[in-house]
Amino acid sequence: MSTSPENAAAPRELPVTDLALVVLVGASGSGKSSFARKHFKPTEVISSDFCRGLVSDDENDQSASRDAFDVLHYIAGKRLAAGRLTVVDATNVQQDSRKQLVQLARQHDVLPIAIVLDVPEEVCARRNAGRADRADMPRRVIERHTRELRRSLRHLEREGFRKVHVLRGVDEVERAVIRLEKRYNDLSHLTGPFDIIGDIHGCRSELDTLLGKLGYVDGAHPEGRRAVFVGDLVDRGPDSPGVLRRVMSMVRSGNALCVPGNHENKFGRYLKGRGVQHTHGLAETIAQMDGESEEFRTEVREFIDGLVSHYVLDEGKLVVCHAGLPEKYHGRTSGRVRSHALYGDTTGETDEFGLPVRYPWAEEYRGRAAVVYGHTPVPNATWLNNTICLDTGAVFGGKMTALRWPERELVDVPAEQVWYEPAKPLATEAPGGHEGRPLDLADVHGRRSVETRTVGRVTVREENAAAALEVMSRFAVDPRLLPYLPPTMAPTATSQAEGYLEHPAEAFAQYAADGVERVVCEEKHMGSRAVALVCRDEEVARERFGTEGVTGSLCTRTGRPFFSDRAVTEEILRRVRAAVDEAGLWAELDTQWLLLDAELLPWSLKAGGLLRSQYAAVGAASGAVFPAALAALEAATARGVDTGDLVERQRARATDAEAFTEAYRRYCWSTEGLDGVRLAPFQILAAQSRSLAGLGHDEQLALLDRMVEHDGSGLLQTTRRLYVDTGDPASVRAGVDWWLEMTGRGGEGMVVKPVRALARDGKGHLVQPGIKCRGREYLRIIYGPEYTRPDNLQRLRNRSLGHKRSLAIREYGLGLEALDRLAEGEPLWRVHEAVFAVLALESEPVDPRL
Amino acid sequence: MFLTISTTGTHDRPATDLGFLLHKHPEKAQAFSTSHGRAHVFYPEASAERCTAALLLEVDPVALVRRGKGKGRGGAADAALAQYVNDRPYAASSLLAVALSAVFKSALNGSCAARPELVGRPLPLRIEVPVLPARGGAELVEKLFGPLGWTVTAEPVALDTRFPEWGDSRYVRLVLEGEAPLAEALRQLYVLLPVLDDTKHYWVAPDEVDKLLRAGEGWLAEHPRQQLIVNRYLAGRRSLTREANERLELVRLADADDVDVEELDNAVDENADTEEKPVPLAVQRREAIRTALRASGAHRVLDLGCGQGQLVQALLGDVTFTEVVGVDVSMRALTVASRRLKLERMGERRAERVTLLQGSLAYTDKRLKGYDAAVLSEVIEHVDLDRLPAVEYAVFGSARPAVVLVTTPNVEYNVRWETLPAGHTRHGDHRFEWNREEFRGWARAVAERHGYDVEFTPVGPDDPEVGPPTQMAVFTLRTHTDSSTTNPKGAKAA
Repeated sequence: MSTSPENAAAPRELPVTDLALVVLVGASGSGKSSFARKHFKPTEVISSDFCRGLVSDDENDQSASRDAFDVLHYIAGKRLAAGRLTVVDATNVQQDSRKQLVQLARQHDVLPIAIVLDVPEEVCARRNAGRADRADMPRRVIERHTRELRRSLRHLEREGFRKVHVLRGVDEVERAVIRLEKRYNDLSHLTGPFDIIGDIHGCRSELDTLLGKLGYVDGAHPEGRRAVFVGDLVDRGPDSPGVLRRVMSMVRSGNALCVPGNHENKFGRYLKGRGVQHTHGLAETIAQMDGESEEFRTEVREFIDGLVSHYVLDEGKLVVCHAGLPEKYHGRTSGRVRSHALYGDTTGETDEFGLPVRYPWAEEYRGRAAVVYGHTPVPNATWLNNTICLDTGAVFGGKMTALRWPERELVDVPAEQVWYEPAKPLATEAPGGHEGRPLDLADVHGRRSVETRTVGRVTVREENAAAALEVMSRFAVDPRLLPYLPPTMAPTATSQAEGYLEHPAEAFAQYAADGVERVVCEEKHMGSRAVALVCRDEEVARERFGTEGVTGSLCTRTGRPFFSDRAVTEEILRRVRAAVDEAGLWAELDTQWLLLDAELLPWSLKAGGLLRSQYAAVGAASGAVFPAALAALEAATARGVDTGDLVERQRARATDAEAFTEAYRRYCWSTEGLDGVRLAPFQILAAQSRSLAGLGHDEQLALLDRMVEHDGSGLLQTTRRLYVDTGDPASVRAGVDWWLEMTGRGGEGMVVKPVRALARDGKGHLVQPGIKCRGREYLRIIYGPEYTRPDNLQRLRNRSLGHKRSLAIREYGLGLEALDRLAEGEPLWRVHEAVFAVLALESEPVDPRL
Repeated sequence: MFLTISTTGTHDRPATDLGFLLHKHPEKAQAFSTSHGRAHVFYPEASAERCTAALLLEVDPVALVRRGKGKGRGGAADAALAQYVNDRPYAASSLLAVALSAVFKSALNGSCAARPELVGRPLPLRIEVPVLPARGGAELVEKLFGPLGWTVTAEPVALDTRFPEWGDSRYVRLVLEGEAPLAEALRQLYVLLPVLDDTKHYWVAPDEVDKLLRAGEGWLAEHPRQQLIVNRYLAGRRSLTREANERLELVRLADADDVDVEELDNAVDENADTEEKPVPLAVQRREAIRTALRASGAHRVLDLGCGQGQLVQALLGDVTFTEVVGVDVSMRALTVASRRLKLERMGERRAERVTLLQGSLAYTDKRLKGYDAAVLSEVIEHVDLDRLPAVEYAVFGSARPAVVLVTTPNVEYNVRWETLPAGHTRHGDHRFEWNREEFRGWARAVAERHGYDVEFTPVGPDDPEVGPPTQMAVFTLRTHTDSSTTNPKGAKAA
């Protein structure tokens, strides 16, 4: 306790980590509050006196201590969870109270730091005496505090404080200066660019090839890029020392960063002479190290010892670690964080190979920072919720993968050979397993929200998911062959024009109001919506979709196969494929498969049952009843009974009924095998590695026209169309006339779409991707034979479109999401999640006639 | 919808007496408001020799649909079921019966203030209904009206003459001829029109039974088809309310895909026991499963695809099984199972042993892990063959109980079912039926892939030629020491 003048001038520096729980320790009157005020922001300090006041109106009411500390811990917890430095101003002289704070710090994975103010008892007593509210404090209280503090001093580090600063005497307290230190893992000031490299496992040669491909020359990049290794440099592979040498030299020269993998961790313990089992490829590393010098061994040991569990990079936008890390652990410092970073989380179960089941943390990840990691070998590196695993099993004969950041480009090199047999195959053989894991009920069941990039979060209610589960499980095609379901489409706003319920004028006006200048009117085919997945051959289907013995699928809007006979489906796919071949679209679109949105004709092919049981039945009943009723009425009238307008009305009804029968008959024609069956594609939804939903409809139709032209089988049918400028009255009139002419001949109507896909209105919201305008006669089979009678029409005009429109947009967003996820090669369950949600929404209560 | 009632007469007993009986003047056309539209009564002919009264009901289909409409989203439950495209305006359905009873109320009740002596007098009658919906066809029409003394002509109406291959509609043109008191004839029509229609009533009243008893007085008690008439007459009410509660979501999905909801919601058929005849086979199967489960030492058991819950019920009766979980993908099946088990009224101790869950074997399911045994009884044949691998993985790869029992029909035995036409499966939803070799081949491959041993047990009489009606495979998980032989490295990864 020196008080010499020289020392008095020198400040006493106290290093404090920038995210920590700082615990002040000192007797009452030792000056903790003044110290805290002097060195920290007022909001960073929580004092027990203040909390006592909060709960009891009296800062010195000792009987309120328990509640006061509850409040203190609660506030401190909230601050730490939010990642804020927090200082606890309380005496903290008892071990018990400190223990709770150490626990709190661990709970939030921050460092607990103790700053002890060891001030003589008399000083404390004098200060207290000078304060009105503490003047009565018995001397023995301070004596006890001091006694307890002295007893504690030796144990503080053992209690778990990672830094302990003891300030002895008033003087030292006065001279103290806090120096904030960054955490080791916080390299957010480094903005790259980086090349993050996945698990290496001693594959020295592949590493060199990959570094070469990334542009590194002798461990340095001419453009100053920096490599980041995600760990697992060693074990299993042919040259772990070589890999270490390369990585260590790059780290030393500042050309690389490296985080430790579980294999380094174990190898490090081996090097320190700890007893570890020589399993999982460690034996190979040990053998390879045989010829290495003691110096090198020491160097490796120190290198591994100095590795930091994870790094936060690029202004917090990027986190790199070995086994992945949930957001609450980013930038945190605790044993738990280190353990998760190295080993990941497991569920405690073991799988069929006896290996621990890993907890799918990435599936729940919603963090802002991209997490790049390795550890779990996967067939392909794919983004999932802003996380990506780069371990593509190079040592098991897969490939070695790197991610360019911020470009987000993947660069990989194939393994030169299988260096080590995996304990289990890279992917399970279960359906969907080739993409990481099979579908799980939790992906679709119950009330769920699906995040979409275009329409935000879409929520599916439990009862809708339950219905979708039944249809998806019992009737749909294999989910691997169902990467998309079409959204529902809203009709045009209700027309007030005499005799019409729907008319295109409203559709054009709607798009004009949304700021869409150019639209395409596409004829509505008189069939059933169909989604066709067409692969070039079985091999492509196997490679991309993991299926056996099929070249694609053809299904309805609820995912059911159109034909129960798979051979028929294959024949249709064959014909489509031939047209694509002839049109040269495989090469042009650089793809091996296409996903088509189409209409399959005739409607009677799918809806035969419904047509007969509902539509034809009504036709039959009306056709039989009116002749009898009219004959009776005419007879009564003929003999002078005044039947008023009854005869006239029944004649009109009979005419309506005939029109109805004619209307449904247009949807029926006999098909013999595939003769008479037509497929009218109107959009190419996706091709290899990209969604084509953003391609304008003019370009879409041009591609499809070529397909139809090159179809020699007579299966494909073109979609007639007319382009309309919504701002040009003449053009709009031409559009209306086209519709009138088409529906006048019995056509179903048309769909109006913005020519440029993904159009948005002035507020930036997606506009309806299409608006249907159904023909006057066609609507008879929706609204009934007599719907055109003025009184019926008047009542039917009272229909509400809001929910249907909202549903159409939500389903459209989900469909786009499915296509994007498919394009990005996301695993099956991610695509399926969105597709399933479309089906679930289709069971929402909305007027089925819209 | 339309019907005519004609009678003949003489100068002394003019046919126009019909007007007095019906309480409607033959020289006027009259209109009446009824709950489903306007009813018109007029006489196309009215002479002493011949008199015909016609009843024409103008149904308002828009009102019919919108009637049940609730707030906001597409209306109330039955609005989604109702269609604007509806045969109600044309066919003589239950709505016409309601109109009949409203318009000819006094005639139906057998009162005639002006000419009381006419009541009860049998008249020569000819009743014509040009479009009568008749579920059960002309044959049933004959069986219902014939015993009442009518000469019945029932001609089927073609569905669509343009498409003769579609065959007949469910409508017939009905002509009844005979002598009967008018009141009785009307009461018979009042009951039998909706019975033949056999569709949902749009009129639901709590006193339906009383009405039936009153209208059936004098003829129903002796009718040889009394049971069918009563069942059908009262059935519509129950199903309407239940369907509205249970399966609207599925109705909408069916609607979206232009299929009849029955095509999708066919997991359970509550009217018929779906278990094939003779019924004891189902009992034998449950007994065989229970025996195999007991032998395996299992206590906590999954019934995957529990259907109506018969097996769950049987297992609950055996205290060996401390936990029984019934899983099915069909919400309707679970509702029926819950009703069958009387879950809501079950005592706590027993209720603790049973859980019903909606689940699907097309997906892995964490909730199914950690059980001693799983039963798939008559389940796999309801799965499309190309989706069977997913089911296989969900059960053997993911849930992975120590014991798995799988039963499925043996198709070879089908020739022994006299009622089953050759080449037909035992149930409309069976996607395949295997012979013994196919089943065993599949089971052995599954066992090999997932580290199980498998044995086979016949269920039901083991026919020397075609085998048993049901085949059962008992899979037993090899213990870890055994499994190391299939996984020689036994190594743990990463």
